[in-house]
Amino acid sequence: MSINHAIVAEEVVKHFGDVKALDGVSLAAEQGKVLSLLGPNGAGKTTLVRILTTLLKPDSGGVRVGGLDVLRQKQHVREIIGLAGQNAAVDEILTGRENLVMVGRLYHMPRRDAKNRAQELLEQFSLTDAADRPVKTYSGGMRRRLDLAASIVARPNILFLDEPTTGLDPRTRIVMWDTIRTLVSDGTTLLLTTQYLEEADELADKIVVIDHGHVIAEGTADALKANMAADFIDITVANPQQTAKASQLLQSLSDESPHTDEQRGHVSIAVESGAQSIAEVVRLLDAQSVSIAELNLRRPSLNDVFLSITGHEIVEEEAKPKRRGFGRRRSA
Amino acid sequence: MTLNTASVAPSAGLSETGLFQRFLWNFTDTFVVMRRNLYAYQRQPELLVFATIQPVIFLLLFTYVFGGAISFSTGGDYINFLLPGIIIQTILFASANTTVGLSVDLSKGVIDRFRSLPMSRAAVLAGRTSADTLRGLFTVLIMIVAGYIIGFRFEDWGSGLLGLALAVAFGYAVTWISATIGLFVKDPEAAQVAGFIWLFPLTFASSIFVPTRTMTADWLRTFAENQPVSVVANTVRDLMTGTVNPDEIVISLLWIAGIVAVFLPMAVWRYARVASR
Repeated sequence: MSINHAIVAEEVVKHFGDVKALDGVSLAAEQGKVLSLLGPNGAGKTTLVRILTTLLKPDSGGVRVGGLDVLRQKQHVREIIGLAGQNAAVDEILTGRENLVMVGRLYHMPRRDAKNRAQELLEQFSLTDAADRPVKTYSGGMRRRLDLAASIVARPNILFLDEPTTGLDPRTRIVMWDTIRTLVSDGTTLLLTTQYLEEADELADKIVVIDHGHVIAEGTADALKANMAADFIDITVANPQQTAKASQLLQSLSDESPHTDEQRGHVSIAVESGAQSIAEVVRLLDAQSVSIAELNLRRPSLNDVFLSITGHEIVEEEAKPKRRGFGRRRSA
Repeated sequence: MTLNTASVAPSAGLSETGLFQRFLWNFTDTFVVMRRNLYAYQRQPELLVFATIQPVIFLLLFTYVFGGAISFSTGGDYINFLLPGIIIQTILFASANTTVGLSVDLSKGVIDRFRSLPMSRAAVLAGRTSADTLRGLFTVLIMIVAGYIIGFRFEDWGSGLLGLALAVAFGYAVTWISATIGLFVKDPEAAQVAGFIWLFPLTFASSIFVPTRTMTADWLRTFAENQPVSVVANTVRDLMTGTVNPDEIVISLLWIAGIVAVFLPMAVWRYARVASR
């Protein structure tokens, strides 16, 4: 392969006791691009990030970051990467400024440089007002921003963000997206993990979908959607008790069986051509006097992609039985 | 997959860092982390206040409650026997803080930050043990002031301060045991107990409060006379009361060196393997 890859994982395996956190994961992030690792909780995303950032040793497999062997050149790898984890890794007792200066000093920047860099980052991340307050007084969003700032103190070429917006409110999340976009606009390679399809869609050049320690799909957001070659029609029936009936009636329009939510009266069907099928939908339902409250035609979302590959929704419910072996297993 | 690394060469200067520079970083990184831990004490002054009041209370209780009874077997003023011992006790108890502090750090994300930085591996630990040793020194200085108020006197200041230095060095060694425990007990609340529990037998079955020859069971007396806390406490006491012989200084220093030689590498080894979540 002649493309330059800043991050490479090859057949990485990691077990925790009986649990296979990673079961042969391979991926490669092109230099200067954003790779998103998308998957539900427990898919193995954090484990992979910890391995790539020298925090955890894989049972087998190879990892290279910035052309360095992560297993053999840990200390060198640490000099060129930045990491922001899902628990904001900042010190609560120190102030925001002290946190950043400390990180700079631990990158062995001269004291004056570390101080200047801290000031610069506080301004960039709109933290100047709170700069000299202990972090324990910060809001969740401010902590994340500080954490992100700490991860780029040494201007790393390669950045790892592990679920940077998990737990943030929607407005703060959008601000974070803007910040992240600015960060990578100068050619930083970014590996971003997320369980939000929207986030991967917004930020990533390439998406790797991971579930139960396996890579189950990869490509651009558009390519993943294009594979499905279908439109979706979402119907909400006026009387939720007619959901099953509606689903039955619409079965004939699609190769796949419709997805239903009986409580809300939702039926969703994948069709070859939405424009042609929509009239058919109305006719079929009307003929059996199933009245429609709402009707939408849309392109497939990543959630549909995930559903069609794995057979389950991306946000898993608690205690849902684990399913394995759905769909294709990809090895890059 | 073959990888063309031509244009993903790591930032310049990586391999130019000399071994000597890397060696120096052990100390500068330790200093940075130590400052961070001292900030914590500065920001939570109540921690420092209680850490100081507690040993002063011990000092007063032992002097005035038990002092009368014990002084029959120590001869002379009990305060001159007690203060050097209670300095060791203070320093031992202060080291429990290392266990708790480390396990708290481990339970938080900040340790992941440290581990992902190109810093010295030992610095997170050494920064903790040295900050706690400094805190121990601070408390001990206050104890000496309190001791002077109630009648303690150094035989001569030179060897007295030498005794103080030996006590602090022993405290530093013990913080490495505490650090090791903290790295095995990751739960902060368990660490609260684990940090102290091993200190009680070592503290009380020693020559800190009473002369070991007064202990009633032979096996206990044998243990108490030979365990490091007694060895160091006796040496510190002899330095402070002007009756030291050079052999005991050597044996004390050997204990200190031995403890560091075993527990520093063990703690560093453990730290490298501990995943915080």
